[in-house]
Amino acid sequence: MPPDKSSRYDLSVFRNGKMLARLIGIGIIVGCSAVAFAAVAGWLSPDKLTPASFVDGFQQANGVHPGFRRNHAKGVCIAGNFASNGQGVRLSKSVIFQPGIVPVVGRFALAGGMPMMADGPKAVRSMALSFRPANGEEWRTGMNDIPVFPFPTPADFYGQMQAAMPDPATGKPDPAKMKAFVDSHPKTAQAMKAIGAKPFSSGFADASYNSLDAFRFVNKAGTVMPVRWTMAAVDPFVAQSAEQPQTGDKNYLFDALAARLKQGPVQWHLIVTIGQADDPTNDATVAWPDDREKVDVGTLTIDRIASEAKDNCRDINFDPLVLPSGIEASDDPLLSARSAVYSRSFTRRAGEDKTPSAVQIDNTAKEP
Amino acid sequence: MTQHQPFPVFSRLLHWLMAILILAMLFIGVGMVASVTDYYWLVSIHKPLGIVILVLAVIRLINRQINPPPALPADMPAWQRWVAYASHILLYVLMIALPLVGWAMLSAAGNPIVLYGAVHLPAILPHDPMLYAVLRQIHTVLALLLFALILAHFAAALLHALIFRDGVFQSMTTGRRR
Repeated sequence: MPPDKSSRYDLSVFRNGKMLARLIGIGIIVGCSAVAFAAVAGWLSPDKLTPASFVDGFQQANGVHPGFRRNHAKGVCIAGNFASNGQGVRLSKSVIFQPGIVPVVGRFALAGGMPMMADGPKAVRSMALSFRPANGEEWRTGMNDIPVFPFPTPADFYGQMQAAMPDPATGKPDPAKMKAFVDSHPKTAQAMKAIGAKPFSSGFADASYNSLDAFRFVNKAGTVMPVRWTMAAVDPFVAQSAEQPQTGDKNYLFDALAARLKQGPVQWHLIVTIGQADDPTNDATVAWPDDREKVDVGTLTIDRIASEAKDNCRDINFDPLVLPSGIEASDDPLLSARSAVYSRSFTRRAGEDKTPSAVQIDNTAKEP
Repeated sequence: MTQHQPFPVFSRLLHWLMAILILAMLFIGVGMVASVTDYYWLVSIHKPLGIVILVLAVIRLINRQINPPPALPADMPAWQRWVAYASHILLYVLMIALPLVGWAMLSAAGNPIVLYGAVHLPAILPHDPMLYAVLRQIHTVLALLLFALILAHFAAALLHALIFRDGVFQSMTTGRRR
């Protein structure tokens, strides 16, 4: 104990070598805590694959288009409802599968990060939905009209994005790099084959959309089952021609959808496929066998369409892990990655000024 | 010398429980936003844990009225007492503001605020992406500020324990007077 009480707070205590050593020790302990924090934050590993590096990759490949999604950038808002037939009750305890009607808002889009790109026969189409049951829960899902996803892991997705990056000299991706990627990733090669083997439909309305990722349904008894789902079109499938129509309409797919909706509502059946124990839930490149049990749990009716605008689908992040009680994430690593990257994309575009979307719907009669 | 009174046991329990939770929360938060594959399970802890911390912080404020903290040693220099006082106020402000900003930003993003299963909180702000973007920034800045403040708090605690040896550290640990 210091002889003089007032001196124990005095800087003169550090004249004592032991006290100075203690002070340095405190500095080291506190410094190490700060370094641990920096390490967890990824500040010490700039090459780590983060949500931000993913979004940077999209921006590098497509340019920055302020206010727009970094992927599936070109789209249109839709609304309608989901009529559950009650068949899903034994699969999931979610209120959405109780017999009844749930309002739905959503978005049709083209895969790709360019919001003004022309519609074309090769663009993957997506349907994103937000189910809004009366109890305040929400189910968001983003589905694509391809049978499987081309990449099993976020790292592979990112690797392909880098391989397909436009060459600064030509402004186009280097085919040799893209081929090298596919050649060194057999799962991607296999998935591309499956995707190529299935013809695309002529439009949005006659396309069926797949969850691709696996999820888990939990029913009232607590039984957990692996599932994937499909929004199966009621409109008869018409295969699209391989050539882009020569009408010069850059929005021909979206315009056809709007025209179809003028004739009346468009419907899909929500078909839930129940996986068996051996079916992979962590690999979206692999389709489950065709003979798996499929349950039609209800009908989606879309009857309204509108251009993206404030307070409609434009401002929703269709994070596939916004789930109601009764639906859970599987061990598919893409799910967490989608959630993380969509969130980062949303954060960036939320703070940017908005400009009108490419798809403008003349909507004097119907507003979603 | 001045005998320094310990904190009541309940106050000490609250302090250490919240110390663990808040540190976990800060590491989870800064880790999850930099993570692709671990994002989801971390964010699923982050949201309900934030609400737990908010509730505990309110309990702590009430407890502080019922069980006031012991006075600092009378011989502590005035500027140190002022720094201690101001930093403690700022700690309380941040441990309440951070969860509230988190809740508000999720509301402004139009996202449901799920606690567990079907249990969720209501939105406390209207759906407004620009507002979300601003709050999201504030959430990060406040979190970094809180971590910096906790490091300073930790350093000060160790100074009291190892160098000043005035019983202030023990008043929040063993409660033994020295």
